[in-house]
Amino acid sequence: MSDVYILGIDMIKFGRFPDKSVAELGAQAATMALDDANVSIQDIEGLWCGNLMQASNMVGQQVLRQIGQTGIPVVNCANACATGATAFRDAWMSVKAGIYDLVLAVGVEQMGKGLLGGAGARKGIPTEGLLGSATMPAIFAEAGMEHARKYGTTFEQFAKVSVKNHHHSTLNPKAMYQIETPLETVMNAEMISYPNTKLMCSVNVDGAAAVVIASEKKAKELGMSRAVRVKASVLTSDPFTERDLVMPDVNTCTRLGASKAYEMAGVGPEDINLVELHDCFATAEILHYENLGLCKDGDAGKLIDDGDVALGGKTPVNVSGGLLSKGHPLGATGIANLYEVSTHLRGEADKRQVEGAKIGMTHVIGLGSACAIHILEKV
Amino acid sequence: MAEATPAAGPLPVVDFLKIPEAGDPYLEGHRCKKCSAMYLGAREICAKCSVRGEIEPVKLSNQGELYSFSIVYRSFPGIDTPYISAIVDLDGGGTVKGNLVDIEPDPNNIQFGMPVEVVYRDALGRKDKEGNSYLSYFFKPRS
Repeated sequence: MSDVYILGIDMIKFGRFPDKSVAELGAQAATMALDDANVSIQDIEGLWCGNLMQASNMVGQQVLRQIGQTGIPVVNCANACATGATAFRDAWMSVKAGIYDLVLAVGVEQMGKGLLGGAGARKGIPTEGLLGSATMPAIFAEAGMEHARKYGTTFEQFAKVSVKNHHHSTLNPKAMYQIETPLETVMNAEMISYPNTKLMCSVNVDGAAAVVIASEKKAKELGMSRAVRVKASVLTSDPFTERDLVMPDVNTCTRLGASKAYEMAGVGPEDINLVELHDCFATAEILHYENLGLCKDGDAGKLIDDGDVALGGKTPVNVSGGLLSKGHPLGATGIANLYEVSTHLRGEADKRQVEGAKIGMTHVIGLGSACAIHILEKV
Repeated sequence: MAEATPAAGPLPVVDFLKIPEAGDPYLEGHRCKKCSAMYLGAREICAKCSVRGEIEPVKLSNQGELYSFSIVYRSFPGIDTPYISAIVDLDGGGTVKGNLVDIEPDPNNIQFGMPVEVVYRDALGRKDKEGNSYLSYFFKPRS
C-alpha cells in the first residue's frame, strides 16, 4: 500500500476570540493549510471536521459556507480531547484506502474559562465534593499520585514539567503564552488540586488548526519538497482495567496505542526525535514518558530532572509549549500537535527547532477514553 | 406528579449504596462469576470477559486501603473546599471513590496504603428538589 502525506498544515495563534464564530476560526485555519499546500478548496475531495463543544451544529459544513460550498462529503467528528486527531486519522484512512487523493481535516474549538469536569448528577443531588471530585485537575492529580505511590515521584518533579513547557512556549509565537515560569512560581501558584497548581493545568483557549492530506500519487504531482510522511496512525479505546470505572486509566490505552504505532512505523522510541504529548496537566506528562516508552517504568522523574525531555535534550517533549502553555482548544489540539511535529520535520521551527529532526510522534488522550498516536517522518 | 412530600428516611446517594429495612447500610458490588471483575451497579454483560448473565451482587467490605488521592482546593461554584478526593481499594475487591474525612487535608498527613473504613453519614446537608435527605458514604482513617 502506498504512503499518505501531509501536504499542507497550519494553525492560528491560540488565544481568546469571543467576537469570532467557531466556523470563522475553522475557516481561517483551513485557508492557511490550503495555502501552505498551495491548493484550492476546489481541489479538495472530502472534509473531516473535529469539534467537541458544538458537535451537533454541523461545524464542518459551516466552515465550507465560509470558504467554498463544493458539495464534498463532510464528516463532523467528536472524540473528547482526541477529537482533532480522530478527524485527521479518519481523513487519512480515506486516502489510505484509496477512496480519495486529496482531503482536508480541520480541528476547531471555542472554550469558556474555568474548570472542566464531569456532568452533574442526572437525579438526586450533586456529588461533586461529596463523592470525591470529578473535576479534570483532580482526576489527573489522582492519576499522578498513583505514579507517586509506585515510584516516589515528587510535587517538584511534576512542577518541573510546567517550567519546561512554559519555557518552550517563549519560543513559539503561536502559543497562548510566552512567559517563563520558574520552579518556585509554578509551585507557589494557586493550588487547584494537589499536586496540580494553576500553572500545572492546561489553558482553556480558542483555537483552530487544519491539514491537507494527500495520496502518494497526488503528493508527487503537487510537489514533495515540504511533504511529511504519515508513518503510523493509531486510535485505541480504554481496555478493561480494574480501577478504570472510578479512576480513568489513561495509561493502558496509551501503552496499547504506542506499541501498535511503533510496530506500524517500524521504529522504536529511540528513533523518535521529538514528541508532542497530551500534557493536559503536568502530572499527565510524567505518566506518558513511560507509557510512550521514552524511558523505563519508574524513570520518568529522573527524565525530567536530567533535562532529557527539554529542547536540546535526548527526546524533546512539547517544544510547542504543550497544552500547558500553548493552550488546549479541545477539538484543535490533535491537529495542532501534528502541525508542531511537521514544522520541525520541515526544518521550519525557527528558534525552537529540534536540530536534525527526522521522525516525530504526536499523542492525545480523550478522557472516557480515546488515545490517538501518530508517527510522522521527514521526506 | 403528586410526590411532593419527602420520603420518610434518607435516600441513597448512589444506587450501589444499599439501605436495608433492618440492619446497617452497605456498599454493593457486582462481580462476574466467570472472571471475577468487579463493578459498581447492576449489569448484564461483563466488560472484561463479555460473558452474559453471570454478574452477581456482592456485599462490599467496609474496610480498605487508600490507593490514590488529591486534595481539592478549587471545585465548582458552591462546593466547600478543601477536601480530599480519595480512591480506595476495598478488602476483598472493589474500588470506590469518595471523600476522605476526619483528617487534615495536608499531603504530609496522608499515606498511600493507609487503612480506611467506610462510614455512612448524611450527604453534607444536600437535599434534592423534593426536599429529600440523602445518605452518603465517606472514608475515615482506621487505626
